[in-house]
Amino acid sequence: MNDAPLRRTALYDAHRALGARIVPFGGFEMPVQYAGILAEHEAVRERAGLFDLSHMAQIELRGADVATWADELTVNHVATMKPYQARYNIFTNAAGGAHDDVIFYRLPDRWLLIVNAGNATKMWAYLQAQVRGDVQLTNLHGERALVAIQGPRSVEMLAPFVEADIHELKYYTCVETNVGGTPAIVARTGYTGEDGFEVFLPGEAATGLWDVLLAENRKAGIAPCGLGARDVLRLEAGMPLYGHELTEEITPLQAGLRWAVKFAKPVFSGKAALEAQAADDDFPRIAGLVLDGRVPARAGYRVLRNGSAVGEIRSGSIAPSAGGKSVATALLDPASATVGTRVGVEVRGTEHHATIVSLPFYKRG
Amino acid sequence: MAQPAGLLFSKDHEWVKLDGDVATVGITDYAQHSLGDIVYVELPRIGATLTQFGNIGVVESVKAVSDIFTPVGGDVLEINAALEGDPALVNRDPFGEGWFYKVKLADDGEKANLLSADAYDKLIAEA
Repeated sequence: MNDAPLRRTALYDAHRALGARIVPFGGFEMPVQYAGILAEHEAVRERAGLFDLSHMAQIELRGADVATWADELTVNHVATMKPYQARYNIFTNAAGGAHDDVIFYRLPDRWLLIVNAGNATKMWAYLQAQVRGDVQLTNLHGERALVAIQGPRSVEMLAPFVEADIHELKYYTCVETNVGGTPAIVARTGYTGEDGFEVFLPGEAATGLWDVLLAENRKAGIAPCGLGARDVLRLEAGMPLYGHELTEEITPLQAGLRWAVKFAKPVFSGKAALEAQAADDDFPRIAGLVLDGRVPARAGYRVLRNGSAVGEIRSGSIAPSAGGKSVATALLDPASATVGTRVGVEVRGTEHHATIVSLPFYKRG
Repeated sequence: MAQPAGLLFSKDHEWVKLDGDVATVGITDYAQHSLGDIVYVELPRIGATLTQFGNIGVVESVKAVSDIFTPVGGDVLEINAALEGDPALVNRDPFGEGWFYKVKLADDGEKANLLSADAYDKLIAEA
């Protein structure tokens, strides 16, 4: 994307020591895998996995006008959020396409906004350009660390190191507390389809937390997990990935995120375009599909119906939690996006049969 | 990293085991480790005629598609059907149960274009 030198998170040395395979991602040198993507995926579904997500941009928002300001730039409600609540949201352009999908965390005296790593530069410039009234932005990207622990056993693994009791912390809420003696935010959020927590803490405290969580939970089967496993986990859970299911051209409605678009809000960027799109209901949309065979359907492959292209694959993987099947999302013509429709996926010139299914591919029991 | 005895290797990390004029082909332990979890292998059809170093199929990991370049030319006699149901055999046993296909060697002289175990070890040590 650009020639800027790659940055490293506070946990880079820890990743190297664990034998991680490092790749460039979102401007950082990040672990794509340690032991292996499938083993890491299994750890998260069965026990717990530990992720370094410090490459994601953390932006602090302060000021009396933050809520009303953010409400005009995004599709979901911001002002209705209560302190310690977290909420998924999407910044939209005038045509209703997505600048980025984000999480807002409301704290008593400020807000924390988590932006995708790949959009960090774009979003920081956009937010600064949009500032008006009493809104102050602080870019903590690369300074603050984010460590996520995800999986059914994450609460018992993390709780001993958190001063507050996190057992009763509700999904999509957070608490300001000490973690390993360092002030941090602990949120019950994640991107894997499992129970889990995300810990926002100073970069200098990240390695201490990372090491102790791995050391103390090794017998319980925790695994350090890379971006490869994270992508499989989120795809199975039906969660969009910016650049794939959401782009500047793909709107939240097309991505199946109608639930996040609050037309009751008086004004927001792209509202008119999204209202027209919703009323018309005739637009290409993201659908799930399962192939008959095991060949992976990769992003960019054509989807065919009766020999004609009706869309393209946006994400695809083998899904261990869906019987090892080859699953994918595709952006499809509306007539071909209904559940049960038989389509073909063109893989290296050969058509492989697939069926449209409802998302997600996996839901925790 | 010691390679199993009696094999020849290509620079593209395939191995060949010769038994008379029948060559068994697979990918090396180094290759499977570099690829990571293998989830799909697309092999040539039985009866297909392969040209040495031609691109004759793919091996896919969770993240990536990699081409297979056949280390020897000839007609395909047999493919490893077990890989369809269990492609991870390539990870678990790359030199054994994870073999890819067998060809009837077209030209014995093609061996001269392949690497010995020592030369292959040197290649991956420099990689």
